[in-house]
Amino acid sequence: MNRIITKKILSQDVKEFVIESPRIATARHAGQFVIVRANDTGERIPLTIADANPEAGTITLIFQEVGKSTMLMGTFKEGDEFKDVVGPLGKPTHIEKFGTVVCMGGGIGVAPMHPISEAMKAAGNRVITIIGARSKDLLIMENRMKAASTELHISTDDGSYGVHGFVTDILQSLIDKGEKIDLAVAIGPVPMMGAVCKLTKKYDLPTVVSLNPIMVDGTGMCGACRVTVAGKTQFVCVDGPEFDGHQVDFVELVKRQRAYLPQERISREAFQHHEGCCSEK
Amino acid sequence: MAKKEKIPRQAMPEQNPDVRRKNFTEVPFGYTPELAQIEASRCLFCKKPKCIDGCPVNIDIPAFIRLIKDGDFIGAAHKLKEENALPAICGRVCPQEEQCEIVCVTGIKTEPVAIGRLERFAADYEREHGEIVIPEMEPPTGKSVGIVGCGPAGLTVAGELAKLGHSVTIYEALHQPGGVLMYGIPEFRLPKAIVESEVDYVKQLGVQIIYNAVIGRYMTIDELMEDHDSVFLGTGAGLPYFMNIPGENFNGVYSANEYLTRSNLMRAYRFPEYDTPIIESKKVAVLGGGNVAMDAARTALRLGADEVTVVYRRSRKEMPARDEEIHHAEEEGINFQLLTNPTELLGDEEGWVTGMRCIRMELGAPDSSGRRRPIPIEGSEYIIEVDTVVVSIGNGANPLIPQTTPGLDTNKWGNILADAKTAVTSIPGVYAGGDIVIGAATVILAMGAGKIAAAAMHRYMMGIPEPVEEKEEEKEEVKEKK
Ligand SMILES: Cc1cc2nc3c(=O)[nH]c(=O)nc-3n(C[C@H](O)[C@H](O)[C@H](O)COP(=O)(O)OP(=O)(O)OC[C@H]3O[C@@H](n4cnc5c(N)ncnc54)[C@H](O)[C@@H]3O)c2cc1C
Ligand code: SF4
Ligand code: FES
Repeated sequence: MNRIITKKILSQDVKEFVIESPRIATARHAGQFVIVRANDTGERIPLTIADANPEAGTITLIFQEVGKSTMLMGTFKEGDEFKDVVGPLGKPTHIEKFGTVVCMGGGIGVAPMHPISEAMKAAGNRVITIIGARSKDLLIMENRMKAASTELHISTDDGSYGVHGFVTDILQSLIDKGEKIDLAVAIGPVPMMGAVCKLTKKYDLPTVVSLNPIMVDGTGMCGACRVTVAGKTQFVCVDGPEFDGHQVDFVELVKRQRAYLPQERISREAFQHHEGCCSEK
Repeated sequence: MAKKEKIPRQAMPEQNPDVRRKNFTEVPFGYTPELAQIEASRCLFCKKPKCIDGCPVNIDIPAFIRLIKDGDFIGAAHKLKEENALPAICGRVCPQEEQCEIVCVTGIKTEPVAIGRLERFAADYEREHGEIVIPEMEPPTGKSVGIVGCGPAGLTVAGELAKLGHSVTIYEALHQPGGVLMYGIPEFRLPKAIVESEVDYVKQLGVQIIYNAVIGRYMTIDELMEDHDSVFLGTGAGLPYFMNIPGENFNGVYSANEYLTRSNLMRAYRFPEYDTPIIESKKVAVLGGGNVAMDAARTALRLGADEVTVVYRRSRKEMPARDEEIHHAEEEGINFQLLTNPTELLGDEEGWVTGMRCIRMELGAPDSSGRRRPIPIEGSEYIIEVDTVVVSIGNGANPLIPQTTPGLDTNKWGNILADAKTAVTSIPGVYAGGDIVIGAATVILAMGAGKIAAAAMHRYMMGIPEPVEEKEEEKEEVKEKK
């Protein structure tokens, strides 16, 4: 159970694991996530399911190494096992034939966007996907996103690939060109989702975002994941992770995501120090 | 007789408050065999023991106490386990003072027999002396049972049905067993090694536990019914209430569930050895007056807070926490601001809680719960400085299973409706019990519900008709046969 079948390095600090998890592979829907725990002393980390193969009984997880837990997971090799994989969690994406759907993934947010683009296309939508990264070497899943979409656009902040700019610049030019868009979906860093929502609000374009707050249990039992949506508190792990982007309090979300920065630094430094001195692997 | 009455109720040795407020080790040490035998000798071994009626799972209390008195401590543990699979836990966390001990006849003239402490002693003795024996099991029936939730309710159903020869699988959402026993109640009140060993006992009866299985998502109830002959839902009261006042989403504001889960289940008190962090606090306010609030307050103290205050809107008399817990908290130096209600949480630019606006209350006429309703005193508002707030005002029913199970009826608060006599829900073959049915209550009530459900599930699966006569008569018959 939870064995790593294949490991790929997608960019400098982004890793992709295909994990044996037959039950989740069949039960999951687009937009859902899992919570993983690397080992016995590990914390519980939510990761969106980037892909699944029910026949092979596997799910695909893609993560960026940012703190101790993800760095530790990054050292895992094929054949290693995660201590725990829980899921699928959260409500599935609402998939129906809307017409034209623009799916925007920023940075690591491209991974959770993948199943959504795929499902939207399968439902008969015209799917325009826009993926963005800081630079070309940080861009992930280009080919797979191309296959999952009707049309693919790319932006990089530094102009090293695709359009020089942000995903919002491409969205703006689509709107300016007179593209009739029925739904926008955005997943990525909070500033990116905030920028998308600011733009789509101007055009009254319905926008769905997928949120990634700190979580503990992922079953609605603790409230760690609460966010304010339309002035009301919601638990992202059970009421979400997707919400109407125009109603989300992004300012509060960013602050809440930063709650454990000092502790995260302690953990990370201890881990790096340990890896630096004793790891010969 | 007269001689017996002179022996006072024996106190249980415990850690000194000044020492224990800084560690997570269990507070009481438990009786020594000598103390246990002295205490056991206070029992009058009544012909019609009132204490048994007070016990939600009908433990034969005088019988196990007599075994302790006679020095057969292992025998006493076995006697307990005939009716209660988790005696080391119940001996620690049951509110005996309002169940078996309140009706004990020695309590009329002096103090009641310390039934809970004796229960704890016998169970600990058995565990520490490695003499855990598996009771006789019925031959396999070929029937299979799926249980959702590995809290006291689920564990009880599992143990009972395994003994009757059914094949039992528990599906648990978290990565460890025990439910609230593991994630909620702190180490210093219920050591996790004890929960693990009581769970091990249930596993030794042949029960299989599948962790990380969030039913409703991982599998639906319909799918469980395809794999099993009957299903029990013991998912607990796992939905934390907040106050619904401004500022509740500031950093530093926790539900008690989150605070305790981080510390207990995830071992944040041993950060960074364990990866899960918890905020380092100086001034903590805990909102609420129940056992959960006491656990959160005492945890905050042990995590290193300088000052911990329990804020409760009624008076001490109305506090739902056990007296023993309030007493322990006071001894350890927890402050109490009673007749006080928070109206707003204040925070800084970075989104951290810095203070709490409170209003003083006075007690008015009794409300529907029979307790006097607290009324705000106009103009009495004031601000207290805090850097952490733990909201501990209760839990509701988690909606995940009702939402994903068509045909499963709930009441207006979301609790699953189950028949009082059989625990069956609106879906034939699906049973429910514990906090998910009656709302946040106690370990022993969850276990009592589990026993009722197990008996009914056994009848359902074996095609035995529901009994029509009085339950009491039935029991007599069974006893005679033995
Ligand atoms: C901090 C605290 C202190 C307490 N102190 C005391 C005390 O001193 N004495 C006392 O008698 N009582 C106490 N209680 C109450 C007591 O713990 C509960 O009444 C009791 O645990 C209820 O048992 P249960 O089996 O119904 O539910 P729980 O113990 O809540 O167990 C439910 C289990 O089901 C799992 N679950 C939930 N949803 C799903 C799902 N969809 N799929 C799979 N699994 C699921 C949960 O993860 C959990 O493990 C306390 C409670 C708390 C929170
Ligand atoms: S009521 Fe008290 S004295 Fe009588 S049997 Fe029970 S514990 Fe003993
Ligand atoms: S992570 Fe605990 S309620 Fe959502």
